[in-house]
Amino acid sequence: MLQINNLVVEIEGKRILNGLDLTVKAGEVAAIMGPNGSGKSTLSYVIAGKEEYEVLDGEILVDGENILELEPNERAARGVFLAFQYPLEIPGVSTMTFLKAIMNAQRKAREEAELTTPEFMKRVRAAAEKLHIDQEMLRRGLNVGFSGGEKKRMEILQMALLEPRFCILDETDSGLDIDALKIVAEGVNTLRDPARAFLVITHYQRLLNHIVPDTVHVMANGRIVRSGGKELALELEASGYADYREQAA
Amino acid sequence: MPAVQETVERVKAIDVEQYKYGFETTIEMDKAPKGLSEDIVRLISSKKGEPEWMTEWRLEAFRRWQTMREPKWARVNYPPIDYQELYYYAAPKKNPAPKSLDEVDPEILKTYEKLGIPLREQEILAGVEGAGSRVAVDAVFDSVSVVTTFKEELKKAGVIFCSISEAIREYPDLVRKYLGSVVPVSDNFFATLNSAVFTDGSFVYVPEGVRCPMELSTYFRINERNTGQFERTLIIADKGSYVSYLEGCTAPARDENQLHAAVVELIALDDAEIKYSTVQNWYPGDAEGKGGVYNFVTKRGDCRGANSKISWTQVETGSAITWKYPSCILRGDNSRGEFYSIAISNGYQQVDSGTKMIHLGKNTTSRIISKGIAAGRSENTYRGLVSAHRKASGARNFTNCDSLLIGDKCGAHTVPYIESKNASAVFEHEATTSKISDDQMFYCLQRGLDEEEAVALIVNGFVKDVLQQLPMEFAVEAQKLISISLEGSVG
Ligand SMILES: Nc1ncnc2c1ncn2[C@@H]1O[C@H](COP(=O)(O)OP(=O)(O)O)[C@@H](O)[C@H]1O
Ligand SMILES: [Mg+2]
Repeated sequence: MLQINNLVVEIEGKRILNGLDLTVKAGEVAAIMGPNGSGKSTLSYVIAGKEEYEVLDGEILVDGENILELEPNERAARGVFLAFQYPLEIPGVSTMTFLKAIMNAQRKAREEAELTTPEFMKRVRAAAEKLHIDQEMLRRGLNVGFSGGEKKRMEILQMALLEPRFCILDETDSGLDIDALKIVAEGVNTLRDPARAFLVITHYQRLLNHIVPDTVHVMANGRIVRSGGKELALELEASGYADYREQAA
Repeated sequence: MPAVQETVERVKAIDVEQYKYGFETTIEMDKAPKGLSEDIVRLISSKKGEPEWMTEWRLEAFRRWQTMREPKWARVNYPPIDYQELYYYAAPKKNPAPKSLDEVDPEILKTYEKLGIPLREQEILAGVEGAGSRVAVDAVFDSVSVVTTFKEELKKAGVIFCSISEAIREYPDLVRKYLGSVVPVSDNFFATLNSAVFTDGSFVYVPEGVRCPMELSTYFRINERNTGQFERTLIIADKGSYVSYLEGCTAPARDENQLHAAVVELIALDDAEIKYSTVQNWYPGDAEGKGGVYNFVTKRGDCRGANSKISWTQVETGSAITWKYPSCILRGDNSRGEFYSIAISNGYQQVDSGTKMIHLGKNTTSRIISKGIAAGRSENTYRGLVSAHRKASGARNFTNCDSLLIGDKCGAHTVPYIESKNASAVFEHEATTSKISDDQMFYCLQRGLDEEEAVALIVNGFVKDVLQQLPMEFAVEAQKLISISLEGSVG
């Protein structure tokens, strides 16, 4: 589903990704772990199409199509979703209004009919309930005054409603207490599907107890330096990233 | 929420025609010679069949105007206007006051239809649709009021709604009593010019105790080249009455600038209420800043009676230059003034707009909510005055001014003046300036919105408190206009 070949990325003249290769198959949950500053968020932004990153080399294929020339919204319409490490606030735009706008924008891009209001409400209610998001929150400005944990749950709510095919979760576990972590993990697990792939970025092993990955990749200095099964995460938990830092240095 | 969708549809549709109202109509026109003199003033007055007192009133204004200078204090820049190079009177030919729509030049009707006001349809629908959703329209084409709909029906309720020219002929006592009583002839350079040469506009009188049974609306359109448009609107709400009035404006896209200098006077007597809404969409000029309407407007409401209320709501999206300060004189005790404004500037537009709330009576209250949005290379200034006179004990004002910047080549400025001569007056002022950040844009795009949709969504969120003040029928239209005017503001 996702194939990244020799990705080289700079920002402000500083090289962040250094010939990164990564493959994620349909139905797979791949975890990326790595020390702070190793380029995990950069990778997620580049896949989603953030402008200020300069791609010097390589390609990102989604279902065989190179998406590097596409606008972020075109990538979104092809099913790329990024749950942000730091979700943005949009004052004045109620969460409900925002949800309806994004759902209909994507439907339109796929030439599907607009959702009726009752159908929209039904879907939002059902998804919100699973994530323990109350109706009052949906009436507030998007992410405005939300706690860190509420913002992360709102990201998962959007993911559930948009039903993307390729989901990137950038440190969705940070700032969550254990109960919230379980709710979020449950939300992700119910979306697991043979046609859908996940890239779960995390600094800690903790999240991976609840979202059990098929593969684990270790990132250091803008590269995947080691790949393995879920046991690799446990090993990292025990030994830390020290080895990789040195290796990179 | 369907409105957001409409906004989205709308933005999609406008790639081809940036300014959708920029068409020209070919109609034979009856034009006065270029330039301004006492003779031209007399000519205008006689073309309108005005009585002697009106001609004198105009001449006095003209003489006064010759001694005045254009004001320079606003934050707007434009090349000098040569007032002798303009035409002051242009009227569609074969136009001796149409009795019904059938007598109106079909070309003009077509124009209004393009503007989205199907006059004919409205009259046909008159008997069919439920009251309340209907709107009576006075359509002003260049210098002349072309047609007023629903006149007869309004008359039954006792409401007079007609062109000001007709009012001068038919209701001279009312006009003489109130014309110039809120905006005096010598008020300011543009108002004085208007007093000398105004060619048409609307007149409304709502008698004591009457709640006007429908929205009243005027559409102004400048069509002729080099024609100044000087409308005069006079609205009187007698004791205990209520009226809601909406004004819409468009002009064709032209390279040269068109001058528009209107005067609007509102008078609310005891316990009366006037709600005046404007959706202003004059041609703003092209992407390089060429052409566009210069809009120098004097709008003022007088809460003359106790417990009266005047509320201004404006959505300003067009014009190359906007110089406009709809104000309220809170003369009656317990009277209330409101000003709700959305002012959008894009391209090279310059907006200097705001309000004045003059508290004269006891326990008078006022509320100002201003939302300024600047994009492109535009400059957007809010200028407001709140004052309390010695006798205005218990006066209260709340002001909230928010500015939103799109991009980094535009400017937003807030210039609030406060004057209080009464110690018991309480004035509150809040102001914020924010910017649509690249990160917010990326976030919206990541969720599937395109740039125009994202901006429209954020802007609509920003202005929604004010949009809510508009009559329902026009809120949707205003929302569409907002997204159209922000076309091309990003990227
Ligand atoms: N906008 C930026 N400008 C300059 N440097 C940046 C920018 N964004 C990220 N970086 C740098 O890129 C490196 C990788 O950052 P990031 O991708 O956020 O790592 P991670 O998510 O793994 O912690 C860090 O050294 C960071 O300082
Ligand atoms: Mg990160």
